[in-house]
Amino acid sequence: MAKDELMNYEKALEMFEVVIGLEVHVELNTKTKMFCGCRNEFGDEPNTNVCPICIALPGALPAVNRTAVESSISIGLALGCEIAPNGRFARKNYFYPDLAKNFQTSQYDEPIAFEGELTVELPSGSVHTVQIERAHMEEDAGKLTHIGGSTGRIQGAEYSLVDYNRAGVPLVEIVTKPVYGAGAEAPELAAAYVRSVREIVKGLGVSDAKMERGNVRCDANVSLRPHGQEKLGTRTETKNVNSLRSIERAVRYEIQRQAALLAKGTAIIQETRHWHEDKGATSAGRPKSDADDYRYFPEPDLVPVQPSKELIESLRAKLPEKPADRRKRVQAEWGFADLEFRDVVNADLLDQIEETVKAGAKPQAARKWWTGELARIANSENMDVTELEISGAHVAELAQLVDAGKLNDRLAREVLTYVLAGEGSPAEIVAARGLEVVSDDGALIAAIDAALAKQPDVLDAIREGRMQAAGAVIGAVMQAMKGSADAGRVRELLIQKANA
Amino acid sequence: MSELIRKNASELVELLKSGQVSSVELTKAHLDRSAAVDQDVHSYLYQNPETALAAAADIDRRRAAGEQLHELAGLPIAVKDNLTTTDAPTTSGSKILEGWIPPYDSTVVKKIRAAGLPILGKTNLDEFAMGSSTEFSAFGPSRNPWDLTRIPGGSGGGSSSVVASFQAPVAIGSDTGGSIRFPASVTGTVGNKPTYGAVSRYGLIALASSLDQVGPVSRNVLDSALIQDLIAGHDPHDSTSLPESLGSMADAARKLDVKGMRIGVIKELMGEGFQPGVMNRFKESINLLQQAGAEIVEVSCPNFEYAIAAYYLILPAEASSNLAKFDSVRFGLRVAPEGNPTIERVMAATREAGFGPEVKRRIILGTYALSSGSYEHFYGAALKVRTLIQRDFAAAFEKADVLISPTAPTTAFKIGEKLEDPLAMYLNDIATIPANLAGIPGMSIPNGLADEDGLPTGIQLLAPARADARLYQVGAALEKMHEDIWGKRMIDFAPELEVRS
Repeated sequence: MAKDELMNYEKALEMFEVVIGLEVHVELNTKTKMFCGCRNEFGDEPNTNVCPICIALPGALPAVNRTAVESSISIGLALGCEIAPNGRFARKNYFYPDLAKNFQTSQYDEPIAFEGELTVELPSGSVHTVQIERAHMEEDAGKLTHIGGSTGRIQGAEYSLVDYNRAGVPLVEIVTKPVYGAGAEAPELAAAYVRSVREIVKGLGVSDAKMERGNVRCDANVSLRPHGQEKLGTRTETKNVNSLRSIERAVRYEIQRQAALLAKGTAIIQETRHWHEDKGATSAGRPKSDADDYRYFPEPDLVPVQPSKELIESLRAKLPEKPADRRKRVQAEWGFADLEFRDVVNADLLDQIEETVKAGAKPQAARKWWTGELARIANSENMDVTELEISGAHVAELAQLVDAGKLNDRLAREVLTYVLAGEGSPAEIVAARGLEVVSDDGALIAAIDAALAKQPDVLDAIREGRMQAAGAVIGAVMQAMKGSADAGRVRELLIQKANA
Repeated sequence: MSELIRKNASELVELLKSGQVSSVELTKAHLDRSAAVDQDVHSYLYQNPETALAAAADIDRRRAAGEQLHELAGLPIAVKDNLTTTDAPTTSGSKILEGWIPPYDSTVVKKIRAAGLPILGKTNLDEFAMGSSTEFSAFGPSRNPWDLTRIPGGSGGGSSSVVASFQAPVAIGSDTGGSIRFPASVTGTVGNKPTYGAVSRYGLIALASSLDQVGPVSRNVLDSALIQDLIAGHDPHDSTSLPESLGSMADAARKLDVKGMRIGVIKELMGEGFQPGVMNRFKESINLLQQAGAEIVEVSCPNFEYAIAAYYLILPAEASSNLAKFDSVRFGLRVAPEGNPTIERVMAATREAGFGPEVKRRIILGTYALSSGSYEHFYGAALKVRTLIQRDFAAAFEKADVLISPTAPTTAFKIGEKLEDPLAMYLNDIATIPANLAGIPGMSIPNGLADEDGLPTGIQLLAPARADARLYQVGAALEKMHEDIWGKRMIDFAPELEVRS
């Protein structure tokens, strides 16, 4: 991969205005696929959830999944969209082996939802309203695995394996209008927008909304233009960026890359680009032009979707709290200071903390675990903290064990690594590994006596009020007990001894 | 020839019910007939006597056990080879599907099996139903039992010739622009294209989804009615299938009364380009209907002149997309290209080898019609014409309950005569195409023999969407008048075929 020249970010923003556009694909969690009765299930044996319809055998016909339509309408409503009274499907024709029919059944000029907006708050506290152009229904393609060749792409592969389990899984694609005016915060806005969309679809319960599984995928369009120029610059579309952090990084990268090219007078190529998380860079995909000819035409095998007013209103009545309202509510409930709360939001941890609090943890303890130790671990693993394999219930249990004095901080952190390794719940791990804090005073007193034997002056020092002298004994005790002592208790026992 | 196989299905059903004939006997008689004549007629692409006789024996056993059976149980039937069947290859007349055995039955075939009709075999068709003569079948043409040097119509020439040569009492066809009605017209048989959505298309290998409709083929009107009643009805697997029942066609076919019905003659579908013998018989039928108490009115459908042009944009557009799935990846033919076998090259080599000339012609036409820059001029314009034709029909049905025209401009032409002239071939469908564009039902019934060549002609009856019953009512009444005048059924004028082996 050729190394791109990048312009300093601040300088890029001095020279150019950033315009972004975001396409978010949301995979719905319906029981069955969009147009057939096959199970919509992630991770099953390849080609087990297939039928004549989703592998496009001759003669098979699609039939629309009603739940998917309702989910799509709910998403549209939650984004403040109008709902089309007559939503037609269309065929997008192109040959590619992950697409059994060699066309994708999608929506073209008559999307089910259009003209909405979403208000997004950034880490800095600034608030942006992103205009939504449309949200339309379509089907996912199968999954291709290219074997042989160096790039893992179809070009140069010896052969390719196709898994049609995902073929026909319902998707909603949400497309924004061009987003202007975010300036240096464009990358943050892109990530915050996707975070909000995720919160919405998760809150609606219509998607599992796991980015790492591809339930929510984002294509980020970026273009630059000189300040004051009306005409939009040539855009690139960075595909399938699979975490919020990657979105932010990919947009920032594209700004710097494009700025460097434009400053040299080199034209931007309109193309798709691929984000490489490991290298922190994008690379060129296929050229894309507005004239890509998909020969769209109305899908003749399906009648238009005509949701009744009653259905739309009943779905509207069931919409959950808006993300902004929810934030206000939980901040008040949890009693977090503004700065504390902002950290939580920026780390995308609202759901996790809510789940942890619901499982019985104190809000501050939940916050400290998630934004502290867990965030640190995720960071060192180069993961998003939300991707860690740990539930709110486990974190709550851990916090409760600490509160009850059964674990000290060091032990709790150790237990946490075992939870993340999949060994079970904190209580199970404590029991199985015998990690409980030693609270037997007898054992502690013996250890204190042993330490005092080597440092006999300490008791006098304590009696004279020089408490810092206690530290050496406490340290020695902790070392002798291999950390499984409650340091607070050791200190208490030491003071008792000095004053006895 | 066994007299049994000459009988109408409605009579055979009575013989089965009363036990005068068993389904095995009846099925065997038809299989014997095929063994005797089908090497000349070539109606069938596939027959499996074993499965047909097993189905017949099963019905005989159940009847003997006193089970309540469907009224058509035991009646053998032939099925066009573009409907999927799990026990027989389904090729749609194409090399690209040669030998493919589907893992599922089409809804129509499911209904046929559930009612206990033994399937005699799969009938020939132009490749993917693209054609008017069966000459575009990858497996060779079927021949017209009236004259083996002539075409039996298309695309459903297998189904028309199979009933015209007494190899089956009834058959299933499909009609996208006339593929049931034109073959019926040139073989002296009956065929109906039901209202769009009356019969499920699930398991029908699509040609043009918005035009395709499955329907019955038989030797008389009542028999078609019985079959339509069997195969019609809502199917949740076909979103475009009508939710409501259209009533009993058989009841309509038994009324034999046209008194007071307003019958419209379509001005634009007569005269120039129509063979004199076809027109003479047509005019006689107008008089017959009038004498029987119908009111004859003239109607005008000025946009019909654009119907063929619109049809040959909409059909190829949809077909180009429907046929994209034939890519060698999951089923059917796979051809290794010369050189490096990349997926694109395998797809291209397979489609090059697997599709015939007419299919390629229409895929190219349709791909072009949908391309950006052409869409509005071609596909978009065609959709507008489609709307205008629907309006022509709406206006005509203000004045008339049923419309009539000759089914086709000519009697059966010679094999090879129009093969090199696609436009001449397309013109055969001038009278039948408007019904598909409008989604209305259209029936062809025998209308006497042309003076100049002694070959069968057909009359087409058209009704508003969902009013298929009117076609059966008028069709059966007119059929009765013809039989009274000619003294026997039209099919009984067909020459005896030479019996082989």
